[in-house]
Amino acid sequence: MSIWEYANPKKFTATVTPIIPWAFAIGLGALAVGLIWGFFFTPDDYRQGSTVKIIYLHVPSAFLAINAWAMMLVASLIWIIRRHHVSALAAKAAAPVGVTMTLIALATGAIWGQPMWGTWWAWDPRLTSFLILFLFYLGYIALWEAIPDPDTAADLTSILCIVGSIFAFLSRYAANYWAQGLHQRASLSLDAEENVADVFWQPLVLCMVAFTILFLALILLRTRTEIAKRRIAALELRARRSEVRI
Amino acid sequence: MKALFWRDIRLAVRAGGGFGLALAFFLIVVILVPFGVGPERAVLTRIAPGIVWVAALLACLLSLDRIFALDHEDGTLPLLATAPIPLEGVVLAKAAAHWVVTGVPLTLAAPVFGFLLNMEAGAYLWLVISLAIGTPALSMIGAFGAALTIGIKRGGLLLSLLVLPLYVPVLVFGADAVRRGAEGLSVATPLMILAAITMGVLAAMPFAAAAVLRINLR
Repeated sequence: MSIWEYANPKKFTATVTPIIPWAFAIGLGALAVGLIWGFFFTPDDYRQGSTVKIIYLHVPSAFLAINAWAMMLVASLIWIIRRHHVSALAAKAAAPVGVTMTLIALATGAIWGQPMWGTWWAWDPRLTSFLILFLFYLGYIALWEAIPDPDTAADLTSILCIVGSIFAFLSRYAANYWAQGLHQRASLSLDAEENVADVFWQPLVLCMVAFTILFLALILLRTRTEIAKRRIAALELRARRSEVRI
Repeated sequence: MKALFWRDIRLAVRAGGGFGLALAFFLIVVILVPFGVGPERAVLTRIAPGIVWVAALLACLLSLDRIFALDHEDGTLPLLATAPIPLEGVVLAKAAAHWVVTGVPLTLAAPVFGFLLNMEAGAYLWLVISLAIGTPALSMIGAFGAALTIGIKRGGLLLSLLVLPLYVPVLVFGADAVRRGAEGLSVATPLMILAAITMGVLAAMPFAAAAVLRINLR
């Protein structure tokens, strides 16, 4: 099995169609378990009280907001180097999901920040980086929408994604340099000594896994839809041509 | 490349080219800010470095679509692409011409606008130096954005949406250099990072912009 087999849209559609409902079922199931576990069966934090529980939405969405962009970067590279058509469509499919995740992370962060920091918004490096990431997503989606020819659009957005990734990294470090933050440091690192306590950590990881599975299910579904849309456009074009000939 | 560079400058300077428009826009933004925030001198002094940098960035943005759009419309661009110079060179020459007609006047005029905003005496020198280092990057990044949007009708708004997030690092370090200059701190770190960004952009961006042009001309 290699990803090149799935450059054939027919093969891709045939393979993912049975997977999609299972992925949705597993993802939603895991999310339900994770959220119920997190909301009702974990203790309140001794300083933050019950507000800590928004972590089960905030962290997974932030995690996916970044990784959706990373996935788009990889998909764009695969498209631009090897002309893997499904890969380009997967990058297109991921962008609206990524931008939604960025918005969820920003919104839950604001809701969490209000009681904890006393403010909905602060010009903190992490918050600002996410806002910039949001702008990058908007530009990427807008460019896809603006160009009628699908191959040109795929090429241009791929290059934008690659250039944008470099600048997103630069902006991240620029923002770190530019302001002191309110946001805590990374507390889920695999190599760190001190992390979030296990009682919070276990449901959190479950929620992150659930979000990831749901994300993959959405990407597969949206990619399949994109393939179908392209097929319809091609069929319509063919129909119009044959009409002209008659 | 030299001929192309001078041609672009002549086109920009002569009637209808928009030379000076960027400068006028810069002036208007700087004049509007005191109307918005009030005429207190202390407040203006505090925000002057940031305002001048943001105004310079917007003024630069205003003329970006001229880099390629007109040549694309009248068919010069495909000829340039088949000319015996690399397309990367074309991009570089055009970005350099854009810098000469917008970046350089902005840099030279910036102290006057700093004066209007009651900027600290120590900041003027750093304002000019940081703009001189940073504006080439603005023109080059802008050329990439302009190359992305040549095929799109009324792509001006899209161009700003694509280019402005790319300007963030330049703005952060450029404005910070001036702010530190105003407070009498050492400006070496932001200026060095700004120079690094500019050189990196000048080295790599022509390839990205040329790749984009080739796709658009296909």
